[in-house]
Amino acid sequence: MHIVRVQALNDFAEWRGKARQLLAAGLSPEQVEWRMVGEAGGLFGDVEEVPLPAASGPVGSVPRQFLDLAAQAICHSDPARFSVLYRLLWQLQSDNQLLGNAVLDDNSLLTKWAAAVRRDSHKMKAFVRFKSIVDDSGLERFAAWFEPDHYCLELTAPFFARRFDGMMWAIITPYASAFWDGESIAFGPGGRKSDVPQDDAVEGDWKTYFSSIFNPARLKVAMMKSEMPVKYWRNLPEAELIAPLIRGAREAEKSMIERAASQPPSRHLRQAAREIAEEKRSDIKSLTDVRSAVQTCQRCPLFEHATQPVFGEGPEHADVMFVGEQPGDQEDLAGKPFIGPAGAVFDEALAKVGIDRSRVYVTNAVKHFKFEPRGKRRIHQRPDAGEVQACKFWLNLERDLVKPKIIVALGATAAQSLLGKSVTVGKLRGESLKIEDGTTVYVTNHPSYLLRIPDAEGRAREAIKFEADLAMVRDAIAAS
Amino acid sequence: MAALTLRRKLAVLSDAAKYDASCASSGSEKRNSAGTGGIGSTEGSGICHSYAPDGRCISLLKILLTNFCVYDCIYCVNRSSSNVERARFSVEEVVRLTLDFYKRNYIEGLFLSSGIIRSPDYTMEELVRVARSLRQDHKFAGYIHLKVIPNATAELLTEAGRWADRLSTNIEMPTDLGLEALAPEKKPSEIRTAMARVRGKLDEAKPDLKSKAKPAKFAPAGQSTQMIIGADGADDGAILNRAAGLYSGYKLRRVYYSAFSPIPDASSRLPLRAPPLMREHRLYQADWLIRFYGFDVPEIISGGEGGLLDLSIDPKLAWALRNRARFPVNVNRADREMLLRVPGLGTKSIDRIITTRRHHRLRLDDVARIAGSIDKVRPFIETEDWTPGGLTDDQRLRARLTPQPEQLSLF
Repeated sequence: MHIVRVQALNDFAEWRGKARQLLAAGLSPEQVEWRMVGEAGGLFGDVEEVPLPAASGPVGSVPRQFLDLAAQAICHSDPARFSVLYRLLWQLQSDNQLLGNAVLDDNSLLTKWAAAVRRDSHKMKAFVRFKSIVDDSGLERFAAWFEPDHYCLELTAPFFARRFDGMMWAIITPYASAFWDGESIAFGPGGRKSDVPQDDAVEGDWKTYFSSIFNPARLKVAMMKSEMPVKYWRNLPEAELIAPLIRGAREAEKSMIERAASQPPSRHLRQAAREIAEEKRSDIKSLTDVRSAVQTCQRCPLFEHATQPVFGEGPEHADVMFVGEQPGDQEDLAGKPFIGPAGAVFDEALAKVGIDRSRVYVTNAVKHFKFEPRGKRRIHQRPDAGEVQACKFWLNLERDLVKPKIIVALGATAAQSLLGKSVTVGKLRGESLKIEDGTTVYVTNHPSYLLRIPDAEGRAREAIKFEADLAMVRDAIAAS
Repeated sequence: MAALTLRRKLAVLSDAAKYDASCASSGSEKRNSAGTGGIGSTEGSGICHSYAPDGRCISLLKILLTNFCVYDCIYCVNRSSSNVERARFSVEEVVRLTLDFYKRNYIEGLFLSSGIIRSPDYTMEELVRVARSLRQDHKFAGYIHLKVIPNATAELLTEAGRWADRLSTNIEMPTDLGLEALAPEKKPSEIRTAMARVRGKLDEAKPDLKSKAKPAKFAPAGQSTQMIIGADGADDGAILNRAAGLYSGYKLRRVYYSAFSPIPDASSRLPLRAPPLMREHRLYQADWLIRFYGFDVPEIISGGEGGLLDLSIDPKLAWALRNRARFPVNVNRADREMLLRVPGLGTKSIDRIITTRRHHRLRLDDVARIAGSIDKVRPFIETEDWTPGGLTDDQRLRARLTPQPEQLSLF
């Protein structure tokens, strides 16, 4: 039996050096007993101590994951940590996939220890409470007393150094202490609670905040205790408020509820909302009026999920009006029509045939974006007949005020809105249709149709047809 | 009127802020004060420095700059018609409190909101001044969350995003009609437009692989929102649909659900009863399933009755009980997507099951070990040595898996 003496409670480098020596000497875990320096006795009583072999041969490699977990687990307070780690290290020599097997005893112990240490370290980051000490020269320093369950001060101190660079601070625990002077961390022996001042000038403000931010109507004491275990309370200045706050909570909540009154039924609220929303057509005299009136439109349910209505854009008396289906994701966010991918296709085609976009009026049959949320994206959904019908109110106002000679319906939805019946684009494209008020209507595809064609060849073919339709519109504008 | 002491202002203006559920300080860029002589750091995951007896974490100094407000939203304690005590911090006072608290390790940073005073621009400018002073005058590297005031100018929004880690605009109510009824001056489309603008700036701030120029920083912890649950008549389906629409439209990091709780000097149009905390809890669970477990809203709602989630069991279990034909799932063979549907198994357990089954086939004991508890899992899985037989379809299964109501201790 070899007895290995460990100096530090939690020094991974020290354990690693000794473990490498043992491995190189080929000593199995059963041949080794780990003890702290000065610790007597052990599992087998007073065995004869054999000095550590001086062998330093090559040793195998271990997965990175083991090193990370072991560096944490070595801070655990369980005295068996040194020997369990060596046992795992030994087994890893013959099976380096071992750590993937979550149900192995030593594995789950290692994971559990590392998790306990991480939690303890996290709680230290959370529950250390610095107290300010100002000396006669006006120099301010900060000190905190903390009682961790494990030996995790050394592991956690760098966090405080990164966070409180411009502050001089000390953290004292029962087993060790850490000091930051603005340049480096120094570690020293453990201390006592009385090494740290009991009072702090800002503590009163903190307690005021703690009691004011608490909502007495939402008592969830078990939840609080699971996240802030009672063992930490004795060093948290705010903890003394917890009992009185809980005692007073019921009374505080009751007094608010006692003044309760009944709520009107939800349909009443909905009705009231609708009455405000109804707009009067007689008040609308210009495109600017329509633009502002459409902001509050609730004629169909689409307003609820779209960002905003997207109104038409273009000169007040344009000769030609393009009507699309509905705004897409980007149009919805920006509040402008035809600016997304389909808008780019549209602009390109217009430029190719020589129509100046700034001289035409561009709008949509439906003003709100209809979509289906899917994860982080909004998938376009085609508006139904009811939504198209409801939104015709706005399109008609735009037509009345712009008075275009030519209207181009981009896609079936726009054609449906303008012609008042559901139509097939393929059957009507290339024709000029007169509608009842004398306007000429052309029907073609929506530019997004081109984007949905998967093969480049098909897309190019359809682009030519689309541009031919627009060229016909261009010629009609010139002739008008 | 005698001037209020700083402590009295703190009491008033933190009391006024306690109805906002968000206190998160996670998900930002990593940064620290090392070598700067300043203070503060953010390391990705946030830290809860304390817990109030309401079970909510205290991570940030959450206060209003002022609780004076020109709006009259009836669900809000700070509405103009309310008779609560009013106070207003100066910019310097908020900066000092934040630094004092931060240096004592009480907080991770500041969450600053405000009642609307004078104009949206004026109010937003005040919030921005606090953040700018912390960052520039005091080299503060801790977390800052600013509330976006809808209708403030784009320039102010850009500057807010430059100093803040996170921005938020509260949607307030699950439905537009609910909001219009309770907050007549707030326009739902203005709130959503504000979120759309933040999203646009977040997109712009993403580094472009093609260009070498680094875009200006903008709110690295993204944006979030809150809606109040139970003040209007919206059901859980409407709430989750709203959330799904917000996540997909504005790339929100989080939607916070805040059970409406009685407020002092409440309007008679509100339901003044104990806040629906269990409903809020189930909504958070459902939200989690949507974001991390591949569930969609109709699936989750189908686990409950009449558009409402089942309050007595969690939404994943509720869904599983109504879709028993898809169980049992063989833990040694099933793909990750299907394992994610098993009640009682979380993403971490599933990762461990998947790595372990490369070594050997799992037995029921192994799953119990990994999952921590096997009772809820057992009826829905098959292992090397276990098959649930008729248990999966047992009519009493629901009753067996429903936790017995227990008297909670007051202390």
